[in-house]
Amino acid sequence: MKQDQTVRAGTAEPSDPPAAERAEQAAGTNEAAPLVAGADVNPSRIDQTAAEGGETPAQGAEQREGDGVSEKARQTVTPEKQADSSKQADAPKGGDESGSAAEGATAGAAAKNEAGVKAADSADADKEAKRKAAAEARAARAAAKAKADGDGGESAQPKPPSPNQPLLDRLVDILKREVGEDAVESAWINPIGDIPTVSLRAERLVDCARVLRDHPELQLNYLRNVAGVDMETHMEVVYHLISLNNKINYSIKVKTDREHPSVPSVSEVWSTANWNEREIYDLLGIDFPGHPDLRRILMPDDWVGYPLRKDYVPADPEV
Amino acid sequence: MAIRTEELLLNVGPQHPSTHGVLRVVVKLDGEVITEATPVIGYLHRGTEKLAENLNYTQIIPYTDRMDYVSAMTNNYVLCHTVEKMMGIEVPERAEFLRLIVMELQRIASHQVWWGTYLLDIGSLSPFLYAFRDREIIINLFNELCGARLTYNYMRVGGVKWDAPEGWIDKVKDFVKYMKGRLEVYDRLVTGNEIFLARVKGVGKYDAQTAIDYGLSGANLRCTGVAWDLRKTQPYSLYDRFEFDVATAEEGDCWARYKVRLEEIRQSLRILEQALEQFPPEGEIMGKVPRVVRPPEGEYYAAIESPRGEIGCYIVSKGKAEPYRLKFRRPSFVNLQVLPKLLVGETMTNLVTILGSIDIVLGEVDC
Repeated sequence: MKQDQTVRAGTAEPSDPPAAERAEQAAGTNEAAPLVAGADVNPSRIDQTAAEGGETPAQGAEQREGDGVSEKARQTVTPEKQADSSKQADAPKGGDESGSAAEGATAGAAAKNEAGVKAADSADADKEAKRKAAAEARAARAAAKAKADGDGGESAQPKPPSPNQPLLDRLVDILKREVGEDAVESAWINPIGDIPTVSLRAERLVDCARVLRDHPELQLNYLRNVAGVDMETHMEVVYHLISLNNKINYSIKVKTDREHPSVPSVSEVWSTANWNEREIYDLLGIDFPGHPDLRRILMPDDWVGYPLRKDYVPADPEV
Repeated sequence: MAIRTEELLLNVGPQHPSTHGVLRVVVKLDGEVITEATPVIGYLHRGTEKLAENLNYTQIIPYTDRMDYVSAMTNNYVLCHTVEKMMGIEVPERAEFLRLIVMELQRIASHQVWWGTYLLDIGSLSPFLYAFRDREIIINLFNELCGARLTYNYMRVGGVKWDAPEGWIDKVKDFVKYMKGRLEVYDRLVTGNEIFLARVKGVGKYDAQTAIDYGLSGANLRCTGVAWDLRKTQPYSLYDRFEFDVATAEEGDCWARYKVRLEEIRQSLRILEQALEQFPPEGEIMGKVPRVVRPPEGEYYAAIESPRGEIGCYIVSKGKAEPYRLKFRRPSFVNLQVLPKLLVGETMTNLVTILGSIDIVLGEVDC
């Protein structure tokens, strides 16, 4: 279908060479757009956007009501119409902002006569409207989530109390009783999937881990996954646990300082943590005191730096 | 006078055919007996998790194909499934049926590869040819569906990329019938073979406690009698609609793992029969998905049952089009960890038997 349009755009109105050329150019942009999403945008096209079509989004906003006018313009100038339709075909393919930058560039290319501007702008107006709607939906979701998060602590209940809230309360209760009042830093229900989550103090982690595994009510004998995350202000290690006996999921978090990240190893409690911790050490540089064999596991032994850190810069630019 | 003996240090791999890729095992040998074994991995590390931080979710899907390249469909699924859960996207029924059908076909294909290469490892050439000939049918079905033989890039957040072509479902039905007969051939060819049994019975044995402690999953866990299959215990997709049994065995040795995997092919065929019968004749293949996939701020871990075990995906999102942190729980990586424990005290020939029975894919180990 895309090819059809390209051909049509190229051959339409041979009596108006510049217009046909523009259409071709626009279709070319469409063709050049990567299949999955617009990751690679030709830098010259971006420049064009800045030079010629830089004001398009604003114009697009103005033009949102004036769709009828531009519709007329589109009907009268065929090549632009073609270019426009090929651009619209492009629209669902563009994956993100860089995709829309490519579209902006197309608009810039077409912006040489007024009709072209209008035709392009109406397409922009459509997109702008969609984008705005999406932004509103996002804002609404974020607000809802913030609301849920805001009172997600130990004391207050989230608006509709999660069915897993009793599990969380019980977990906190057990940990505080068996390990100590200071073991649990905070506890909440992860809103996606209703997973009871507790944040533990690093010093008490191993004690807590033993309780989690051995307590008859919890029996969290299976460590599914260990993940390290660089949160830029601090580092986090997340443990996803499940009991094979009662099939209940929990996740445990430990926060650690970013300068000297260190979390006690739980490989004594769950053997599977051994390689997982080595992987986190390798990629994020978190130290695991108590680990029997903390070496790099995926990267070469002489690698410099920790690749998954957000501020990672390769030591050797050639690599 | 006592004979002076010396410990021998031997590198197996990284280019040894029995390691199924680029795995190196450094073994210390006392005569023919292994005293210590250390797997060395990372030869195929491509930094998928790092790359993913600069890609949007649709762009990450092809990377998942290349993790466990013997079972790309389940890898596609785990990523899409996690994002869908985070965003609350409904997948149309037809799309979900297509996903389930390709995942079960993939499980069969993956176990066929395992079956063929495992027997090749321990010295039997013909089963490999049988397995690959039958697997070719599945590969061709996939090729017809999405134009690729191995790295399918078939699923999308919210559905699938391609609808089933006309007559495709009937072809899958034919395959299911055909494969049922083939399983009997497989059994006649190998399962009762005395030499084979002597090689696998009682070798590489561990108990349920060890399996759970090491976080083993898939056939490696179920061979110890633990009936843990995420399709059954934490149903995702449409698995709760179909009747099937979790394949288990009690012995915990290579023989048990062999039995479990063959039984899983049988159960997959059972699921396929029902799914193909109930396949909706028409419907959408993509759900309502925003143009740019942006999971809300938050985090989520989802896991599914791949042919090798629990494959999981942990996403930390900051509400952007790219994940802030994406971590894959790769079953091969976790399962491989138990190898040194199993090898100590075994003979050198059993190294191949045991390693093969764990069923690793190095693309997934190294990620």
